[in-house]
Amino acid sequence: MRNSMFYTCMLFPVPRHMRNMASVCVKKSLSYVKYLKFRRILKLNCFSSTSFGVRLHSTSQIGSVTEEDGATQRGQYRGHRPTTPLQKTLLTLGSAAMAILHPDRGDMIATLGDVTAETALKQIKQKMESDPIGQQILRDQPVISTSTISIDYLGSLGDNTFGKEYWRFLTKHGFSPDARLPVHYVDDPELVYVMLRYRQCHDLFHTVLGMRPNMLGECVVKWVEAIQLGLPMCAMGALVGPIRLMPKHRQNYLTTYLPWALRNGQNGKFLMNVYFEREWERDLADLRQELGLEPPPEEPYPR
Amino acid sequence: MSPRPGTKLLDVAGGTGDIAFRFLNYVRSQSDFNSLTALQTSTEQGVDINEDENSQVSGRSRDCHVTVCDINQSMLEVGMNRATQSGITSGISWLKGNAECLPIEDNSFDVYTIAFGIRNCTHIDKVVEEAYRVLRPGGRFMCLEFSHVSNPLLRSVYDEYSFQVIPVLGQILAADWDSYQYLVESIRQFQNQEDFKRIIRTCGFRAVTYENLTFGVVAIHSGFKL
Repeated sequence: MRNSMFYTCMLFPVPRHMRNMASVCVKKSLSYVKYLKFRRILKLNCFSSTSFGVRLHSTSQIGSVTEEDGATQRGQYRGHRPTTPLQKTLLTLGSAAMAILHPDRGDMIATLGDVTAETALKQIKQKMESDPIGQQILRDQPVISTSTISIDYLGSLGDNTFGKEYWRFLTKHGFSPDARLPVHYVDDPELVYVMLRYRQCHDLFHTVLGMRPNMLGECVVKWVEAIQLGLPMCAMGALVGPIRLMPKHRQNYLTTYLPWALRNGQNGKFLMNVYFEREWERDLADLRQELGLEPPPEEPYPR
Repeated sequence: MSPRPGTKLLDVAGGTGDIAFRFLNYVRSQSDFNSLTALQTSTEQGVDINEDENSQVSGRSRDCHVTVCDINQSMLEVGMNRATQSGITSGISWLKGNAECLPIEDNSFDVYTIAFGIRNCTHIDKVVEEAYRVLRPGGRFMCLEFSHVSNPLLRSVYDEYSFQVIPVLGQILAADWDSYQYLVESIRQFQNQEDFKRIIRTCGFRAVTYENLTFGVVAIHSGFKL
């Protein structure tokens, strides 16, 4: 909506050839940097007019892509926020600092992940494309949400199943599979699903590794993810996260959990190539063995 | 504004009460100041304090009234909470309404203010026409809004800062990139100082002036209904 407002304003007093240029640019969803330069070129034409009452309501006449909530898509995909290199740098530093100071700001971890992930995502995608199950995941693009998975069904499964363990993870901590944040700052639309899949699978990694979502468990999962996936955000989290560990956990972390995480990361099967949605009824110990994962030092949810 | 006792102010798009509270604090401190100086001068001169006169002055200050009008009920509620917390219980009323079509009679206010609200309105000329309608003859229209920086070097620095940094800060500090992106864009698409002055003149105001703050980042436009 806001983008189309702006373009309406620009189109009104502007000569025809520039109007056509504007509509072409909007249709092709120009990058943010070009958008800024384009604005500057047309600024004089727009603001020197004596047109009263700049129309701020949204209009679909320009040929821009309107998203479901009425906003105009200005990037490569719905929710895309194109960023310049300076903005990426600022976002990286700012979100990293905020994530350390306020670990509850999950959106900062997501932002940090988005902004730094481009190279790693390409490599993950390549690994997925060279595996038959990975190819199926990329083709089906399954989404884990309450509309695709029934929590009650998971709760009805046998005690030792992977699905039941995931159900325990969700219900004990009050999580919902819907709560994963959308991807905003990844610029390549081909990589957006890969990032989204990683975010959605994070909770499943917790379950299959047997780690609770406390600071210690998060650090361990981040180590495994960093080794397997190579995402910079995971590496940063794995290295910096332990600073915030309580002293009693720190000792445990260094002697037991960290070596365990490193072994699992190196020996385990590439977790992005696991079609988790087909494994709910699988015996958890069986699944861990197949994936080359050692059982956790301590059961997260003792029965 | 320098409001005198008995001023009736309409603050449009001022739901959170920033202008309203400052106005009330100002007139109340003025009335306190006046009664204090009246006390001092009368004791110096050995004249009895004319209680009627004094209470008349402060009574007229109590006549000062501000009506806060906003299209957004949530903003008004924030303002109402802030008023309760600051202990302001009289002299203020809250009205939900559209600036382009105010639910107010003609010629009913002495001053009309709109602070950082007019650029968000769809039809700016209608807003200014409504302002003209509801003001009494002699009334003053005052608008505080983001405007254009004329100096090219400062403008380029300001633009770069606005587009590169502000949405990033919005995301990091407030988890809201989109609102701050809208903010910086809405500033750019609003009229510059001269164009807005022309609009105000066309709607009937006279003695229209503007004052730039911070090299034009913000401007205060003022006009009188004469």
